[in-house]
Amino acid sequence: MTTVPVVSSSITIPSIHYLAILPVIILLGASVVLVFATALVRTKVTQFVASSVTVAASVAVLVVTYFQWRCLDSSGPSTTIAHAIVLDGFSVVATGVVAVSLLMATLVAHDWALRERIVGAEYQILALAASAGAVLMTQANDLVVIFLGLEILSLGLYVLVAFDRHRHTSAEAALKYFLLGGFASAIFIYGAALVYGATGSTNLSTMSYFLASNVLTHPGLLYAGFALLIVGFSFKIAAVPFHLWSPDVYEGAPTPVTGFMASIVKVGAFAAFVRVLISALGTQIDTWRPILWVLVVLTTVVGASVALLQRNAKRMLAYSSINHAGFILLGIWAGTTRGVASTLFYIVTYAPTVVATFAVVTLVGGLGDENHSIGGYRGLARRQPWLGASMCVLLLSQLGAPLTSGFYAKYSVLASTIDVGGSPLALIALLSAAIAACFYLRWSSALYSDEPVEATRIVVPLSTGIVIGVGVAMTLVFGIWPGPLVTLCQHATLLFTP
Amino acid sequence: MNVPASWYLILAAVLFGIGAFGLLTRRSALIMFMCIELMLNAVNLTFVTFARTLSDIGGQATVFFVMVVAAAEVTVGLGIVVAVFRRRSSTSVDELSELKG
Amino acid sequence: MIATSYAVPSIIVFVGAAIIIIVGALGVITFKNPVHCALSLIMTLFGVAIAFIAQQADFLAAVQIIVYAGAIVVLFLFVIMFLGVDRTDHVHVEPLVAQRPLAALGVVITLGGLVALMAQSHWVTGVMSASTDGKPLESGTANVHQLGTSVFTTYLFAFEATAALLVIAVVGAVLLARRERTLQADEVEV
Repeated sequence: MTTVPVVSSSITIPSIHYLAILPVIILLGASVVLVFATALVRTKVTQFVASSVTVAASVAVLVVTYFQWRCLDSSGPSTTIAHAIVLDGFSVVATGVVAVSLLMATLVAHDWALRERIVGAEYQILALAASAGAVLMTQANDLVVIFLGLEILSLGLYVLVAFDRHRHTSAEAALKYFLLGGFASAIFIYGAALVYGATGSTNLSTMSYFLASNVLTHPGLLYAGFALLIVGFSFKIAAVPFHLWSPDVYEGAPTPVTGFMASIVKVGAFAAFVRVLISALGTQIDTWRPILWVLVVLTTVVGASVALLQRNAKRMLAYSSINHAGFILLGIWAGTTRGVASTLFYIVTYAPTVVATFAVVTLVGGLGDENHSIGGYRGLARRQPWLGASMCVLLLSQLGAPLTSGFYAKYSVLASTIDVGGSPLALIALLSAAIAACFYLRWSSALYSDEPVEATRIVVPLSTGIVIGVGVAMTLVFGIWPGPLVTLCQHATLLFTP
Repeated sequence: MNVPASWYLILAAVLFGIGAFGLLTRRSALIMFMCIELMLNAVNLTFVTFARTLSDIGGQATVFFVMVVAAAEVTVGLGIVVAVFRRRSSTSVDELSELKG
Repeated sequence: MIATSYAVPSIIVFVGAAIIIIVGALGVITFKNPVHCALSLIMTLFGVAIAFIAQQADFLAAVQIIVYAGAIVVLFLFVIMFLGVDRTDHVHVEPLVAQRPLAALGVVITLGGLVALMAQSHWVTGVMSASTDGKPLESGTANVHQLGTSVFTTYLFAFEATAALLVIAVVGAVLLARRERTLQADEVEV
């Protein structure tokens, strides 16, 4: 008998800061609890129970972010678990936005599931897990963790997009989303591999330290790597020319899922994008700026122009969200602290607005989720003044009208762009906003048209009503009185990267 | 002495390119899906090559995670393919492309 | 000429692996029958495993065969058989880029650019790992030991995060493969 050699050296487990990973634990924990409840409890888990668990989990995450913020104030930003994730102001605020999006989207989906007679807790399980992926992306300090977060978020969304069994478009859209998403993931991780070869690490802090202390005389490999990373991210945020999946998927997915997706993917992907470009590759700003310049121009202009041609509310909102992605990119292009703060402000205000907008679209869509032509909105505000007025406010906010949060969001990204000498770029973006104004105004005026239209009265269920109300309230409050939120975002950005 | 890293890196790049080309031109969802696997394999080969050149085990550890992701993607992707197929055959529509890019 | 500077066996292994990989990959994108495509995919996966062994990644080579060739491709074949070989074409999407030459040109230009950029920077510019003091990675049992240590220290969080990935994959697959389940008109749920 030969004896097996025993390797006796033990490994040292890295220290873990549990407060930092608590949001992920809560979201995943709630998800797993629902999985077990579905599998083990004899009676069906009702929508009410599943939604309550989800709402409780998102409220718990919001509470945790408050304590994280307190912890930051006293001890400053830090990394934990072998520097794989980071606890800083940016991640805390972005995590809070994810929680708010999840909370609002769950309430909308609850009424939708009752209306469409959907059984079981699967929607909530997947939404919780996908949110955990988004939170991972906001906290990740390592390309591998970003990749895993991206995949957790995407896999959850692929299944959610295919959720509606009554329509062909739902599974078709999921297939398209899946194939293009897989393509994008492969490009992203190939970029990560090349950056790893160029810097010797996948960790963002190590990478930024390496690039700050060494001057690469032959940076070709690094450039190839981050070009691919940018392409991968561009797919996820639907920046032109990598946007082709977005209108189809927005249209094909069940409307509450579209709203959830529109907000949560933007938060997660942009947070990770900011971290990779600004904190890891900040020294290379002169190289990636021209790439972003082209992306911003194409994304804002194409998004706004093509939206004009759409007759379907969901497709129009898809192109509108492409246009918004261009504006959010502006803040990253600026690359300054102010730019990052304005990007964060844009995300914080845009997420609740878009969830509330899709809540209205869900209601107007009616049973079967089919009625999505713009014509269906004619005279809505005459028949149901509150619902119509809410939709009007939400649309005006996306347009960027004064006294809504969208105005200050657009103003701050444009101002940060002009700060660093990007006036032509700001002008082009402003022009696209003017084009976009045409379709937002056309839609808003349709709401107030007084042609008599045969339409049944839309019943607004309680929780969807609350979401719309909260969305409108946030839009107006942050629009009229943006001061505290601006301070919060600036403070969060100052705590950026240890 | 082992062959230089560049040989393997070019091999990986060519494999990635073949995968991308297949994904862009084939119509069958299953085969497009296999092309994504080709691309991920190219990525793994790149990581292992860099791990060898940098004498860093981290590159190999990353391959581990890419494999997990590939397995999870396959599970969900094939689920979607089956769901689409079931819906199409149940409505007996052969050529169906309701969504246009 | 080349043979004088690099060991002949390593060149033979590289050329062999390269031929297996490329022929397999070309098979995947040209065969009409999806079963043939899946078998070509196995060929490529084996080639990649050979390339792994040639570069001191013994453990990954084993995982590559067991997980990829063993599990993933079998899953593919299972679905192909489940749907029926001649009917898998029903599940298609319109090609993302209609013209083949255009796609080929795009891919070749992009990759040419990438390879040129990589060549310009002498292929690798990162620092040597501090943990190995620049010594080459070991193969065999030591490789497994090193890899395990790395996964449970540097990549501990990523390792934990894969749990979430697997939960999603399981729930998603169950949900997608299940037949329709909605409430009947006379059932009520609140």
